[in-house]
Amino acid sequence: MSLTLQEVSAHRLTWSEYEKIISLLGREPTFTELGIFGVMWSEHCSYKSSRIHLRKLPSRSKLVLVGPGENAGIIDIGDNVAIAFKIESHNHPSFIEPFQGAATGVGGILRDIFTMGARPIAVMDALRFGKLDNSETGQRNKRIVQGVVSGISHYGNCFGVPTVGGECVFESCYDGNPLVNVFALGVFKHDEIFFGRATGVGNPVIYVGAKTGRDGIHGASMASEEFSEESKDKRPNVQVGDPFMEKLLLEACLEVMKTGAVVGIQDMGAAGLTCSTCEMGSRAGTGVEIDLKYVPQRETGMTPYEIMLSESQERMLLVAEKGREQEVFDVFHKWGLDAAVVGVVTDDGMLRVRNHGEIVAELSNRALADEAPLYDRPYTKPHRTVPMEAPAFASTDLTGDLTRLLASSDVCSKAWIWDQYDWMVRTNTTQGPGSDAAIVRIKETDSSIAMALDGNGRYCYLDPREGAKLIVAECCRNLSTSGALPIAATNNLNFGNPERPEIMAQLVEAIEGIAEACTFFETPITGGNVSLYNETLGEAIYPTPVMGIVGILKTAAPIPMQFAQPDRDIVLLGGLGASDETHFGGTQYAKVILDTLWGLPPQLDMDYEKRVQAAMREIAQAGLAESAHDLSDGGLAVALAEASFRGIGAHVKVETTLRPELALFHEGPSRILVSTASPGQVREIAEKYGVAADVIGKTTVGQLTIGEWVDCSIAQLQRPWKTALEEALH
Amino acid sequence: MKFGVVVFPGSNCDHDAWYATTQNLGQQAEFLWHHSEDLKGADAIILPGGFSYGDYLRCGAIARFSPIMNAVRRFAQEGGPVMGFCNGFQILCEAGLLPGALLRNAGMKFICRPVELEVGTTNSPFTNALTSGQRLTVPIAHGEGCYQAEESVLDQLEAEDRVAFRYVDNPNGSARSIAGILSAGRNVLGMMPHPERATDPLMGSTDGRLIFDSLISAYALTSK
Repeated sequence: MSLTLQEVSAHRLTWSEYEKIISLLGREPTFTELGIFGVMWSEHCSYKSSRIHLRKLPSRSKLVLVGPGENAGIIDIGDNVAIAFKIESHNHPSFIEPFQGAATGVGGILRDIFTMGARPIAVMDALRFGKLDNSETGQRNKRIVQGVVSGISHYGNCFGVPTVGGECVFESCYDGNPLVNVFALGVFKHDEIFFGRATGVGNPVIYVGAKTGRDGIHGASMASEEFSEESKDKRPNVQVGDPFMEKLLLEACLEVMKTGAVVGIQDMGAAGLTCSTCEMGSRAGTGVEIDLKYVPQRETGMTPYEIMLSESQERMLLVAEKGREQEVFDVFHKWGLDAAVVGVVTDDGMLRVRNHGEIVAELSNRALADEAPLYDRPYTKPHRTVPMEAPAFASTDLTGDLTRLLASSDVCSKAWIWDQYDWMVRTNTTQGPGSDAAIVRIKETDSSIAMALDGNGRYCYLDPREGAKLIVAECCRNLSTSGALPIAATNNLNFGNPERPEIMAQLVEAIEGIAEACTFFETPITGGNVSLYNETLGEAIYPTPVMGIVGILKTAAPIPMQFAQPDRDIVLLGGLGASDETHFGGTQYAKVILDTLWGLPPQLDMDYEKRVQAAMREIAQAGLAESAHDLSDGGLAVALAEASFRGIGAHVKVETTLRPELALFHEGPSRILVSTASPGQVREIAEKYGVAADVIGKTTVGQLTIGEWVDCSIAQLQRPWKTALEEALH
Repeated sequence: MKFGVVVFPGSNCDHDAWYATTQNLGQQAEFLWHHSEDLKGADAIILPGGFSYGDYLRCGAIARFSPIMNAVRRFAQEGGPVMGFCNGFQILCEAGLLPGALLRNAGMKFICRPVELEVGTTNSPFTNALTSGQRLTVPIAHGEGCYQAEESVLDQLEAEDRVAFRYVDNPNGSARSIAGILSAGRNVLGMMPHPERATDPLMGSTDGRLIFDSLISAYALTSK
């Protein structure tokens, strides 16, 4: 039997990739083998367009215990404790079926964490949706928001992991292509780390967890193509999640790891049984032979092709020590889960799949996992179609502008979202959603972990390289504002079609920007995810790299974001910053008030940024900051308003030559608002680091006044900020 | 004092209850596996929050049939103190140890946030250290916390002074703003809010301690 071009391209393989398969095998693949190559060599699993550039990212430091290539990166946080964390996207499934798409996104990243032996203790989400207006598209976007948020809520809450923070942005470029990036973090002892390696020839390969069904077949290849009108027909490709099953699987896996009988373990995520078998074999340099008749199945009459490619959720593959199978079974049966020996580790480096004895696939593990095609795709100048010059603008009502900004979908309170997440379960969350950074304490140590997600697509669209650097800087600044030292990062690169040179250019520039900034801020990237082909009908999203950065905090009590006491000095650490009209074009002011986009993102001086952050951490550690809030979307005015929402306002004077719109709303980095009873000491620290620490005013009660420009009661600013999202969704 | 914390498949606040009682309150605690009928000599039982058995069918509907619930039922009948928080409250209602039922929140959404409670009665081992009308800040985290019962049952609960806590600003549509109730014997407490999440100053509120402190001092008196 010879395969046709049609069958090959149905697996999202090119003809030249197919020829490479034939030369690797020395023969034509069977249909099942073609399916296996199709998923393993998909963009989603093989990173074939991005790998060559991902190598530029820094991945090492003395704290990195495990870097990229495993299920999650691992960082030493002292006291013999380590954390595992990663971010992953579930963009395509979340558009097709928002609730299940988002829910299984949470499930997938949680398994990546606990398959390494860590207990998940925090989740965060970076979400991007289209505009929420009353058009037909707007109405569909609202349904997507509701579906995604309830999917995350459903899965995380039931599983029992707190969703401690995240961020959410609305832009029309995400109309047909929402982004759902889920970050998870787990904690364990150094000697509890497990790897996805099939070591020990003769050891049994054991399948545990949920039964295999027909759901999710081709999920990985679906995530590697653009959306068209027919995409709705892909609904059966979306997996269905069962968080209760996942909770049992978590407890059983952590318990079985303690028996000492497990030598390697890997979750079945994208490409299911295929990916877990060949990756475990490839990492260990061994072969894996399985017989599909032993695989627990939910449906009858499944073909080998379907079993190998199913993406049914809540399944794991583990390799145990020969002779200790019963110990493994006992634990899984205690938790009411299936566990079955499906195969054995061999010494020939092959993935051999039998069905009732008959061989249906026989492929080299290395060919599948490590010899996937690697493309150096051509790239030109990054795609952009907006002008460099600013349009004419002049505000007549700056207080009104501030109110509108606070009520805009990106700036407004996201409480409607996070109220639906159990952000407290496990009683570690010392700083929850709505803060610059989320903080969870690590019980039985003196440490807390701070974490933040950031990603500004507008900045990156204007300049992918500078935009990416700004994202890293802001993410680190969020941590430093809480007093935490940034130590490591994960990233999720969401881009359009890499086969278009102007899109590929966005990806390359952004990766290089991240590499430069992460090297400079000493936050190596220990893993992450690339999501390409985020396009609908030829329209790409803004280039949207999302950074997840974690930091370590040695003091337990976090610094609040809001002013805590009246009559305190307000210090603008880092100073008012510089801006001009060209660098104002990517701001929220440009988006919300002027409804346009132009120019360049704000200018970043990384060296200055680093010193501002170091000064902030020292101020925090000295206990001098009663509150601290970093300036980002909406600049100084929005930051002052947000800091006032506990009812303590501010009376501020701004001495500047900038025009008022820029002075109030420019988004220049390296700036943090600190309220303090000891401005002299704060200044001293700032001077030591050579950064500005202007006292710009005092905290008051109930009112926000900024020079001659803004004068408004806190209540009047806060009401629209609070209700905007819920109103926009109705 | 020794607490027994029941672990159903899908319980996810079991560890929080253990941590609160042992680390924050300095008491002893042991986990009780749902498949066993052994209470391991516990002086009080906690049915923790979570999604027992995935809460498929109906919250708490399957958990009530598990072997440990036979032991918990006997323990309660003998006057032993039993506390059910969140999913634990739902299980106590399903098991018939408390009247009424918890339905989907009025807003149809899961809600997680600290809320204000008002103490309804101080006449119980769980509330004796409180004052009537006192306000406590305790978190809620539930999708199905809307307490409902027949009017006659609600009247009876009030007549017998068995409403332990009311919401100050009813978040979920509960009848008569009820957040927690007592059994007729006053030794079984069910409440949707999570006092075990409010026992540590780092978590923002320590008002939940007052409920545990009440029980610990009541126990000290009876065991003298």
